[in-house]
Amino acid sequence: MKAAVISFPGSNCDFDMLYALQDFGVDAQIVSAKENDLTGFDAIFLPGGFSYGDYLRTGAIARFSPIMSAVTQAANDGKLIVGICNGFQILTEAGLLPGQLLVNATPGFICDEVPLRIANPQTAFTNAYDPAETMMIPIAHGEGNYFADDATLAKLEENQQVVFRYEENPNGSAHDIAGIMNEQGNVFGMMPHPERAVDAVTGNIDGQNFFKSILSGILARA
Amino acid sequence: MTTVTSNELTPEQVRDSKIYTQWGLTEAEYDLIVAELKRLPNFTEAGIFSGMWSEHVSYKKSKPILRKFWSTNERVLQGPGEGAGILDIGDGQAVVFKAESHNHPSFVEPYEGAATGVGGILRDIFSMGAQPIAVLDSLRFGELDDAHTKHIVDGVIAGIAGYGNAIGIPTVGGEISFDNVYAGNPLVNVMAVGLMDQAAMQVGQAKGVGNAIIYVGAKTGRDGINGASFASAEFSTEHESDRSAVQVGDPFLEKLVMDATLKAVREHSDIIVGIQDMGAAGLLSSSSEMAAKAGMGITLDLNKVPQRETHMTPYELMLSESQERMLLVVKRGEEQAILDLFQAADLDAVVIGEVTDNGRYVLSFNDEIVADVPIDFLTHAPKQDLPMAEPKRLAAFTADQYQPELTDVKQTILDLLAQPTIASKASLFRHFDSMVRADTAIKPGGDASLVRVRGTKKALAMTTDVNARYLYLNPRVGAKMAVAEAARNIVATGALPIGITDGLNFGSPDNPEVYYELDQAVAGINDVAKQLNTPIISGNVSLYNETDGQAIYPTPMIGMVGLLDNVDHATTIGFKQAGDAIYVIGATQDSFNGSEIQKMQTGTIDGQLFGFDDAAEMAAQTLVRQAIGQQLVASAHDLAEGGLIVGLLESSFAGHLSFNVNVNLASQYLFAETPSRFVVSVAAENSAAFEALAGGLATRIGDVTTGDDVVVTTTTEEIVLSREAAQKVYQESISWQLKA
Repeated sequence: MKAAVISFPGSNCDFDMLYALQDFGVDAQIVSAKENDLTGFDAIFLPGGFSYGDYLRTGAIARFSPIMSAVTQAANDGKLIVGICNGFQILTEAGLLPGQLLVNATPGFICDEVPLRIANPQTAFTNAYDPAETMMIPIAHGEGNYFADDATLAKLEENQQVVFRYEENPNGSAHDIAGIMNEQGNVFGMMPHPERAVDAVTGNIDGQNFFKSILSGILARA
Repeated sequence: MTTVTSNELTPEQVRDSKIYTQWGLTEAEYDLIVAELKRLPNFTEAGIFSGMWSEHVSYKKSKPILRKFWSTNERVLQGPGEGAGILDIGDGQAVVFKAESHNHPSFVEPYEGAATGVGGILRDIFSMGAQPIAVLDSLRFGELDDAHTKHIVDGVIAGIAGYGNAIGIPTVGGEISFDNVYAGNPLVNVMAVGLMDQAAMQVGQAKGVGNAIIYVGAKTGRDGINGASFASAEFSTEHESDRSAVQVGDPFLEKLVMDATLKAVREHSDIIVGIQDMGAAGLLSSSSEMAAKAGMGITLDLNKVPQRETHMTPYELMLSESQERMLLVVKRGEEQAILDLFQAADLDAVVIGEVTDNGRYVLSFNDEIVADVPIDFLTHAPKQDLPMAEPKRLAAFTADQYQPELTDVKQTILDLLAQPTIASKASLFRHFDSMVRADTAIKPGGDASLVRVRGTKKALAMTTDVNARYLYLNPRVGAKMAVAEAARNIVATGALPIGITDGLNFGSPDNPEVYYELDQAVAGINDVAKQLNTPIISGNVSLYNETDGQAIYPTPMIGMVGLLDNVDHATTIGFKQAGDAIYVIGATQDSFNGSEIQKMQTGTIDGQLFGFDDAAEMAAQTLVRQAIGQQLVASAHDLAEGGLIVGLLESSFAGHLSFNVNVNLASQYLFAETPSRFVVSVAAENSAAFEALAGGLATRIGDVTTGDDVVVTTTTEEIVLSREAAQKVYQESISWQLKA
């Protein structure tokens, strides 16, 4: 499996994602957002950070980066697209995922480890988890409050596009949504950071099964 | 001969109006300049002398004392005098660290003051060629019952979060405490730690005639003009106009500058001669100090300086403290590679001048020379030996130790847990990203934080500490205790303390009593640093922390770094398992003057400080480090503010377990703050080996339990406390008080 980690100006979790993928034996590399070609990659990761400073709306400028047309193309080709934190925000801004991430219900950046439940165990991002399991995954964001109109939320629920939910909602997200995917199931975004929970040294390995899920999905397809 | 830019005062007008006194130059200093130049300095020249000779840049008043710092040992690769100090950590790697204060700006404009404090110290780290890996904050505020203090707390926390989170360097630790003396003078000290290959080491020197001076990063604006002079004066509530001296930060831009600078160091170390960040006194101090260190001269064409405002004058360009700017010296003829690299990152990068061999600092603007002065003279402010006198209060303190008044011990414990200085700061630290870079092995809330060195088994422990109340009662012994406590924090993780950076926050040095406190604090730091083999390799001085004549407590923040050889041995403060034995290391004595319980019960601190036993301290630390090294210890926590009972409860809260102990002391000693103590827990199978190692140093007082209650038996009573109730007070007290 060959993976690209997109580095936008202001991305700051790009190397965390790269190292996590490499820990699982993935042939991963950083690709600048100034590039415009992603052919040859099986999976594309949009990492956390503050792209272009996020001085406007989070992800609102990054979606116009040259790389985003290639990301859209890859999504249409059915490749896996994974957006974490700022990457999730960019994917919603780009229209690759529905909804929007608003300022936290109680304004202010929060860094913590929060319990998540698996809303849909039959996805490329959750298949390695025990469906009944609660996992602790780090969060670090000021704008993680997932919002969508009622019709969109209903559709997300109906299609089982909600992948992860917060057990104790930290930011006011609608339906306790922590992560969603598109209808096809190949584009995924979540606010929590599984890449920060793969190494025992950090005291948390609950993110390992996220990467194992992706790997097994890709290998099954190959 | 230099000329004058239009609309500025002429040299004669500068002399007659004495405008330089508003910038902090004294008349005697002005006369020295006239004598050296053999003519009147023009407006720009008078301005650059005022910046370079300010205390904040020149340390002219503190230098005679700072020279006394012990700063060499076998690990030191770079001591004080550069952007940051550097220590060898083996395997060709080095750790780089320094602290900086942003006290004055944070009072005037809390968000930007704190944010740019983070930005400034990070530039000090990456200008040495090191990747910043962690930030710690040492903060002091007034009491939380004051609305203005709450505003400052909110702003400072948001500013640190806004900058540190965005640039992607984790804020892993630090400490926060509250005392009335900081109400008009909050302290915002930021420590940054970086990691580098020794081969990549850079210094801020401008060597080699003809080499290019390259300006990179943000454009220069009118923010923070002459901020260094602003930081070198006392506050007065009458001077609200000080606001213009605060800079505005842009963490996104700094991230680009940081990444590009580190890339330049990686790819072009052969052509980079020197790197320096533009901090206090901006372009002026960075350029003149680089040339002075190399014994060279420099010439700059100010029209080439990237500017974001129009009609800026040479005075403004030189003294602006706009953020996110760096100065590089690059070999002549090789400039293009560096310019290309920065421009590819969408950053300004311009050759603005060159190194000369005439020892002069020459500035040109609109084809005229606007300053021409000897660099050596410019960068060496006249030294000032100031008088010192023992503060009168010290002689007045009585030797008797305060005796806590205990009618309801349970309630006293709960009240103590609610004190802002004791209560958990998690609700504030929660705003900081402590985990980005995915290397944080021990997060905020323990004794020291621990950051793994990726690709090795090593980890770096780091902490900041000082209890200024102790220094107020005894500057020398209080300073010793600050270093000792910082080291106990490091040791409790299992790491070996290896070095110190400091943030010396004091009142006006022109007050002989304050100058004495500074001298004694430095002596006290040296006393313990030598015994620990932790040289003081960098630091910062912030004087004039007075508002309307009210000085802060002497507050020398100690930032310490430790090295842990095997990160798998890392030990945290939380109890691990019911049935583990609890030991106290070190003796508990009658130590109450300056304690949290004295402050809580009397509203003040008073009396002679209790003693510090150097030998006992070293013995306790050695024992804990050895015991962790032999993997005999399940948890370790140093005892500090609030004493034994607070230490036990913190280990209990962190581990979600209770305890049942018999301390064999009268109840009041639960609150004694005797230094040189730890609480450790030891699994049953290790207790024999631990006791053999400890000899008489450790006393077994009880066990870790699973119950809902914690139980403490003293010689006077049995205290039973609901852990959940106590933890709620400890966790939520700060939030309640901020909202109240």
